[in-house]
Amino acid sequence: MSLLAVRGLTARYGDFQALFGIDLDIAAGETVAIIGANGAGKSTFLKAVTGQLAAAPDAVVYDGRPIGGEAPHHIVRRGIALVPEGRQLFPSLTVEENLLMGACVGRTGHWTLQTVYELFPVLRERRSAPGTALSGGQQQMVAIGRALMANPRLLLCDEISLGLAPIVIRDIYAAVPAIRAGGTAVLVVEQDIRQAMAVADRVYCFQEGHVSLSGRPADLTLDQITQAYFGM
Amino acid sequence: MEWVNAVVQGVMLGGLFALFATGLSLIFGVMRLVNLAHGDLIVLAAFLGVAVVEGLGLHPLVTLVIVVPAMALLGYGLQRGLLNLTLGGDILPPLLVTFGLSIVIQNVLLETFSADTRRLQAGALETASIELAGGISIGWLPLIVLLLAVAVIGGLQLVFYRTKIGRIFRATSDNPAVARLMGVNHRHVFALAMALALAVCAVAGILMAIRTNFTPTIGPARLLFAFEAVIIGGLGSLWGTLAGGIILGVAQAIGAQIHPGVQILAGHIAFLAVLAVRPQGLFPRLRD
Ligand SMILES: Nc1ncnc2c1ncn2[C@@H]1O[C@H](COP(=O)(O)OP(=O)(O)O)[C@@H](O)[C@H]1O
Ligand SMILES: [Mg+2]
Repeated sequence: MSLLAVRGLTARYGDFQALFGIDLDIAAGETVAIIGANGAGKSTFLKAVTGQLAAAPDAVVYDGRPIGGEAPHHIVRRGIALVPEGRQLFPSLTVEENLLMGACVGRTGHWTLQTVYELFPVLRERRSAPGTALSGGQQQMVAIGRALMANPRLLLCDEISLGLAPIVIRDIYAAVPAIRAGGTAVLVVEQDIRQAMAVADRVYCFQEGHVSLSGRPADLTLDQITQAYFGM
Repeated sequence: MEWVNAVVQGVMLGGLFALFATGLSLIFGVMRLVNLAHGDLIVLAAFLGVAVVEGLGLHPLVTLVIVVPAMALLGYGLQRGLLNLTLGGDILPPLLVTFGLSIVIQNVLLETFSADTRRLQAGALETASIELAGGISIGWLPLIVLLLAVAVIGGLQLVFYRTKIGRIFRATSDNPAVARLMGVNHRHVFALAMALALAVCAVAGILMAIRTNFTPTIGPARLLFAFEAVIIGGLGSLWGTLAGGIILGVAQAIGAQIHPGVQILAGHIAFLAVLAVRPQGLFPRLRD
């Protein structure tokens, strides 16, 4: 059974429809990537799954329960945590306070301040600095650590490599195996196709609010992906 | 010596202004809500004090035990039931709704308590004072007000920077939508902030009622003092609000020393002077 089963999900901003019947599955412990060009609807998909946009109840089924349209603070308590696009740290809070905010959900498990600092040791050194005083890569580590503090069963990451240097991206993606090791399913949204193929068990490509392609990285050809990504 | 005395009395008057201002500052800080009914809520607390004194025969300061929790509950309900509905979009709805609330509170108070001037009698406490060198005397009551203001603001500062709920207040203030992704129910958090603010209003209202005469319609003038203290101190800083209250108090006391008729005007002039020189206030919250 899927941990997350999305069926015919549509989403709109006012009159503008951004998603047209998305089907997508994630099994427990699986790592899935969504790729697609700017404006394809990737972030919109994550917003709909996390309750930030209206969705039909049955369109999002988590752990066998329909959760579409529930409030964001209820959905995260069920175990779906989001690393939002652009990191979105709280500027008034220190690094450690930002991490502790993730624990407000009240779910216990492997992830604590201690284990997050083991995953990203640099954050322990900077624990008392304002979250926004850190470099982009370190801020991204805080955003990931904050989501992990909720001890999610499903971690959603929106473009965690965006705007970062390749060496920093490597450091951040190096954390993924440790996250998976705890049994957490991971969904990464990536514009970097190579990165997505390397990390994911399965890939979905979005194009203009539709799923244009899906499959295992090994089964997909570069031509297919280019076609699905750019629509050419 | 008269002038030194005026400054000393002004500092203590400033304690009361700081208490007026703290709730306003807190609410603006957490949810960017300008509560135009703030002054009337202070006056409402004062009349609750009157009702408790008349009904139960308690000492005015003891009524705090009842009025503070009552105002906190009212604050929670008011935020959950009414003010939350006005937040999140345009800045106009919260202004209109709290303005309406101000009028409703004044009229309910007029209906219930009439337009008579009131005061809470605190007995010997009202006249007790400490004599200092040079003929300056410090009244126990104004001193208690000032010390309570410092204690309330110090306590809130601890809550905001040393507790989990304080962290949640600051995070929600930064970005309610992201705080929700951490499991925070922002409506509940806003209501808790309003409960805290009205608890402070209760303290301010009871102390005001002991120190000065009041009627149901003096709320808007208290709002103005509170507003000036917040702006002088700098938005979002509670210690700044205390400093703002004290500056306003000292300005008024010096004005009164010049001529009793210019007391209030002197406060407004100090406010405008600070605004002209430092529009961001003296101690704005440091961010980023
Ligand atoms: N807040 C919004 N209001 C209106 N339209 C939006 C909003 N956010 C995104 N869109 C539109 O929805 C579409 C999908 O956007 P998004 O999901 O952010 O794309 P992606 O994350 O794949 O780059 C785009 O056409 C974008 O312009
Ligand atoms: Mg996006």
